[in-house]
Amino acid sequence: MNLNSYIEERKRALANSDRTALIMTHVVCGYPSFEDNWKELEIMAEYGVDLVELQFPFSEPSADGPLFVKANQEAIANGVNVEDCFAFMEKVSSHFPFKVIMMGYYNTVFKTGHGTFLERLKAAGGVGFILPDLPVEEAGELHQIANQLDLAPIVLMTPTNSDERLIRLAEAADGFIYTVARKGVTGSNTEMNQEVGGFIERCKTVTSLPLAVGFGVSNKYDIDFIGEHADIAVIGTAALKAWESSRESGLREFFNQLLN
Amino acid sequence: MDLFDFKDGREGYYGEYGGTFLPEILHTTIEELTVAFRNAKEDPSFWQEFIQLLQSYSGRPTPITHLENLSEKLGGAQIYLKREDLNHTGSHKINNVMGQGLLVKRMGKKRVIAETGAGQHGYATATMAAKFGFESKIYMGAVDVARQRPNVFWMENMGSEVVAVTDGQQTLKDAINECLRDWVTNMDNTHYVLGTACGPHPFPEMVSWFQSVIGREAREQMLDVTGQLPSKIFACVGGGSNAIGLFQGFMEDTDVQLIGCEAGGFGPGKGNHAARLAYKDASVGVAQGMKTYFLQNDDGNMLETHSVAAGLDYIGVNPILVHLWEQERVRFEAVTDIEVTEALKMTMRSEGIIPALESSHAFAQAIKEAPSMEKDEIILINTSGRGDKDIFTIADAIGDDHWKRFISQKAAEYES
Ligand SMILES: Cc1ncc(COP(=O)(O)O)c(C=O)c1O
Repeated sequence: MNLNSYIEERKRALANSDRTALIMTHVVCGYPSFEDNWKELEIMAEYGVDLVELQFPFSEPSADGPLFVKANQEAIANGVNVEDCFAFMEKVSSHFPFKVIMMGYYNTVFKTGHGTFLERLKAAGGVGFILPDLPVEEAGELHQIANQLDLAPIVLMTPTNSDERLIRLAEAADGFIYTVARKGVTGSNTEMNQEVGGFIERCKTVTSLPLAVGFGVSNKYDIDFIGEHADIAVIGTAALKAWESSRESGLREFFNQLLN
Repeated sequence: MDLFDFKDGREGYYGEYGGTFLPEILHTTIEELTVAFRNAKEDPSFWQEFIQLLQSYSGRPTPITHLENLSEKLGGAQIYLKREDLNHTGSHKINNVMGQGLLVKRMGKKRVIAETGAGQHGYATATMAAKFGFESKIYMGAVDVARQRPNVFWMENMGSEVVAVTDGQQTLKDAINECLRDWVTNMDNTHYVLGTACGPHPFPEMVSWFQSVIGREAREQMLDVTGQLPSKIFACVGGGSNAIGLFQGFMEDTDVQLIGCEAGGFGPGKGNHAARLAYKDASVGVAQGMKTYFLQNDDGNMLETHSVAAGLDYIGVNPILVHLWEQERVRFEAVTDIEVTEALKMTMRSEGIIPALESSHAFAQAIKEAPSMEKDEIILINTSGRGDKDIFTIADAIGDDHWKRFISQKAAEYES
């Protein structure tokens, strides 16, 4: 099943539940270790997470905040390579009910080769990819191959974009749109307020794709807010923080306050 | 050859290299910058203001100097220097910084950030910020902070905040990442003063334009003083701004050989050096906003780099120079740390001039090639900066006991 139909299915399920938004979480491959990743994912599955981003570590994670920067660096220092990430993705996607999306930086894809990378992504059970440093102008060939393979290129929309630009972005997108709730890098909290709401509404005028909202989502209020305006809440740094503070119990506690 | 006459839909590309690879959040900012830069480039009064500022503030035009003793000693070509070391703040970096400063004034922004390796670009940016009344923050790898303390001292005393970056290899590339993180947060009031002809378009073009003042002056001066054009021109290449600045003056003079000199560090082999083109350890990639040659592994993760010169140990290289290298207009050579130290010693002893460790790479390559050239041929070397800032590194390389004793005494004084 491709990403579009999967999200539709999950949205129908959501309508019959007391959850307000779909949930996408984030794991940096091999940080702190693949064993830890697996345990995190088991808990995420337990809490009915709908989508998971597996980040392929890159040495220059310039769009990430301190915690993910450290995660990228340590994963690479531990010897995690692209091969390992695909092998892990394959294990994850065949074992868990949620769908998996590759997240990373463009050089990882460029160095592997557009066609080769996407074929491997498909073979590993991934349904889409997010490359925050690849502008749509440069993504033509990659998106075309993705289209042939029925993989969704996830495009980011940001509050600094003009309406004209948002239209251009919408044309290139598939699966869902990742709307960035604020300026800055991943990590610090975002106040989900009118401004964010207004931005999401602006995105809605240019696309009918589902909208994910990310950057600084950390509590139940955020989820409800996102549920009201958009479709998917993206949980990044907050979950890793919880894992770092007290592993299984920390992560469970985090999801308890987030979802119940 | 107009390097900046882009084909439709290929703005910011030099052959296959360059482009704009940035997070979407910066799209509007970079577009605004491009427009502001285009307007400035097309407005003759902007260039005039720029040149006047460099004349009154930085001592331009910088002279050329004939190295009679060194030329004689080597027994071949006559060696001349373009003296960017005589600029205010001691390097060519001030040219680009003052240009961007004027642009920031036009754009109405109030805060500037900059990355710095050797500290020369940070030093120049701190100077510019003090003069123009901008708030400024300089990001510098912790390793570079440790080896270039004198520059940090001046930056701080001119009112800049210096942040020691402890991510990654703690050098120039990591400082660039931190600048990008600051910029995606504060773009409304902040301009990122990139210090070399790298990064996303329009930076390579913009930095090259400001640095072209070196080549414009140099060509005229060489004709004035020697009545001929040099046979060979040498410039060191870190990111590649002093080199493209000088080379642009001679682009149409196809008989003039242009030679870019990279950091050979300990010699060939991954992790030992920062020679992207002269050695065979780099490949094409996309990072830090541009597509160019990077020292990277098969996964696209960047390799460690090494050079005795903090300003040359960068993983990537000016995409314009890569294009010119592919067209065989520019030749690339690497020079090892040991060769660099020897060249520096020889220059100090024979001419009383102290080139920066970065610039000494160009000297070392010129010294290699001069003896086999004719006596009536001319070599021009870009002295991109002065070596005073390198006193700690040079004293170590030379093993100067008097200096060591002085530092120990000073340390003891501070302890007590
Ligand atoms: C004196 C000097 N020369 C050269 C460089 C290298 O930069 P670029 O290749 O951009 O000229 C630096 C960089 O810090 C420098 O300080």
